[in-house]
Amino acid sequence: MDVLKTIKMFAGGAFIRSESGATVPYIVEGEELARVCVASKKDFRNAVTSAKNAQSIWAAKSTYNRSQILYRMAEMTQGRETELMNLMMASELVDEANVGEEVQKAVDTFVYYAGWCDKYQQVMGGLNPVTGPYHNFTAPEAVGVVSLVTSEKFNLSQIVDNICAIICSGNSVVALLSPESSVFVSILGEIFHTSDLPGGVVNLLSGKIEDLATVMAEHMEVNSISFQNENEKIYFDMRSRSIDNMKRVVGANQKAKSLELITDFVEQKTVWHPIGV
Amino acid sequence: MTKKKTKTKTKSKTKKTFKFEYDAAPESFKVEIEEKYYNFIGGEFVKPKSGKYFDTVNPATGKVLTKIALSNTQDVDAAVKAAKKAFEGEWSSLSGLERGKYLFRIARIIQERSRELAVLETLDGGKPIKESRDVDLPLVAQHFFYNAGWADKLEYIMPGKEVAPVGVCGQIIPWNFPLLMLAWKIAPALAAGNTVVLKPAEQTSLTALRFAEICYEAGLPAGVVNIITGAGETGAALVEHKDVNKIAFTGSTDIGKLIAKTAGKTQKKLTMELGGKSANIVFADAAIDQAVEGIVSGIFFNQGHVCCAGSRLLVEESIKDVVIKKLKKRMKQIRVGDPLDKNTDLGAINSKDQLKKIKDLVKQGQKEGGEFWQVESELPTRGNFFAPCFFMDQSASSTISREEVFGPVLSISTFRTPDEAIAKANDTNYGLAAGIWSEKGSKVHEVASKLKAGVIWANTYNKFDAASPFGGFKESGYGREGGRHGLLPYLEVK
Repeated sequence: MDVLKTIKMFAGGAFIRSESGATVPYIVEGEELARVCVASKKDFRNAVTSAKNAQSIWAAKSTYNRSQILYRMAEMTQGRETELMNLMMASELVDEANVGEEVQKAVDTFVYYAGWCDKYQQVMGGLNPVTGPYHNFTAPEAVGVVSLVTSEKFNLSQIVDNICAIICSGNSVVALLSPESSVFVSILGEIFHTSDLPGGVVNLLSGKIEDLATVMAEHMEVNSISFQNENEKIYFDMRSRSIDNMKRVVGANQKAKSLELITDFVEQKTVWHPIGV
Repeated sequence: MTKKKTKTKTKSKTKKTFKFEYDAAPESFKVEIEEKYYNFIGGEFVKPKSGKYFDTVNPATGKVLTKIALSNTQDVDAAVKAAKKAFEGEWSSLSGLERGKYLFRIARIIQERSRELAVLETLDGGKPIKESRDVDLPLVAQHFFYNAGWADKLEYIMPGKEVAPVGVCGQIIPWNFPLLMLAWKIAPALAAGNTVVLKPAEQTSLTALRFAEICYEAGLPAGVVNIITGAGETGAALVEHKDVNKIAFTGSTDIGKLIAKTAGKTQKKLTMELGGKSANIVFADAAIDQAVEGIVSGIFFNQGHVCCAGSRLLVEESIKDVVIKKLKKRMKQIRVGDPLDKNTDLGAINSKDQLKKIKDLVKQGQKEGGEFWQVESELPTRGNFFAPCFFMDQSASSTISREEVFGPVLSISTFRTPDEAIAKANDTNYGLAAGIWSEKGSKVHEVASKLKAGVIWANTYNKFDAASPFGGFKESGYGREGGRHGLLPYLEVK
């Protein structure tokens, strides 16, 4: 008899089940491939607490260090190539012919953002030539805790892109992977867990956005939302509900590996100082 | 609970000194104000379809200046249609360089008409003429001049990316810097290739309508700039209009949230420049006299009607006594009175409603403990005036410590370590600005990096420039205005 495992979620640097205990079967062609967790509102709130605690530690790391950690994620992904390809085939989410390419796209995405960690500040910040005798500069910094809602359709490199665009500037993320993608939560968690990333910077939950949209939109410790899901009704509802702490809500886009995806989750800080002897 | 109102020691002598030191120095430039003002839609002034008008008042005298159109949804619709037509037509067919030339020309006309505009601003809004003349107007012209030069260089805004204008922008601005807020909104929007419908605050519409004349004088294509006047309902109609692609709002956090809630249900792009409760931190190693000047300009500039006002003074405990002593002395020198007098430091509170709000909050503050101190100032008998004051040693949860007063009311508390100062400064839902006073560079940068605020003034305060991005963290809103960053909210990145 096969021992079917439950795919655990990844939050606060640990692999967890839902506090509610809820799981659902992950069915492929009528057969149960595994059981996946269904995140509860409390799971989300706990993950936000972890993300909040980790964010300042992550943002305080040198950009060079953050860059190396993202590159380490690429190495860890490459190292799990076979496992990832097998899971894509077993879940029948990607055609057998394309699985290798899909993994490579995810690896390349990690590499792309690894390179941005210590560069986007120069490109998007700068010295402001003000009229008076002042040294004045603008530099971007992380917005804080970002909540990510992934696409309903599984796309490994898109998930990696969404997460990297958020964390490379020093944000932490609580990502809700859609039911279709939920079978990948553990293996993605392992990649982040083994990349020297401080626990709590990336938190991966699985479940349905319908269950969590309200708590996500109204949570006062979430500073921004990346909504990559296709459900427009939920998107507009969340955007409208997220006003209590003026969350920055970024809607779905089909972009990948792009500078403005990073700048969606930063604040620009401008500092003035007089010049004179 | 201690309630203490310290009077100036030599009350009569102080008054005498004031009277003998300065003669009245009224600004002599006279502006013409018409009997009635209409909306500026599609390049011409048109009567409101509502058929209604409202009064605009000089807050320094209480006298009605003129009547202004009260726009309804039909008026808003007409303005949006005009803006859409211009966007789909002539404006978008121009090259960036040609578009920029209109903005350069507008900047020049503003410079040439700046005294007239400054006087009108002061008449309608109550700010001291020396501020409208020396701060507001030069910055207004600079914003147009600065943004004009971006119009043909938009590909450098987001390097490596193509950009395109957003379309019709609905812009709603407040009463504290009427023409400057207009410039912050219209100049980047037009440089980026958009067209606009702008609604000035109902208290201060006159300079926006004078700006409409300038657009006409500059030969700006019809419909590129549309100005509609009115109050909250007019603004709401603009926010809700289906053909508005973007909303840019500056104003209170409460209204900003309402707008975000409405616009959030649509695809409209949003920029929000909202309230603040900014900390001004004075360390023991600061140049104290300069810091005291910075405290005064931080909170009393423009009657404290400044979203980024340094309304929470945090003083290192060891220098508290000397700072308070110097601050009181300096505050007594602030001249409160006729905004058109060139020696006036603190003009009229913008409206009766705002004066009531300030008085109510101060009353509430007095109930909540700590020390209250207010300058004994001879206030004009007419108009809306309020003498500068501060609260000291109130709890961090007190009303005055947390709520935006938007008046000449300072809250003072102390700290012992830089970490405590940072924690206290960040202990607010707002995140617009902050001040740091210290002669130690490394400390300034460390503290600046840890403050959750969009603008940090180190050893200065309340400085503005067209090239410098402005905007907040957290509930102070999102998006930036000014500098290269100020163009981004008016562009779609492809």
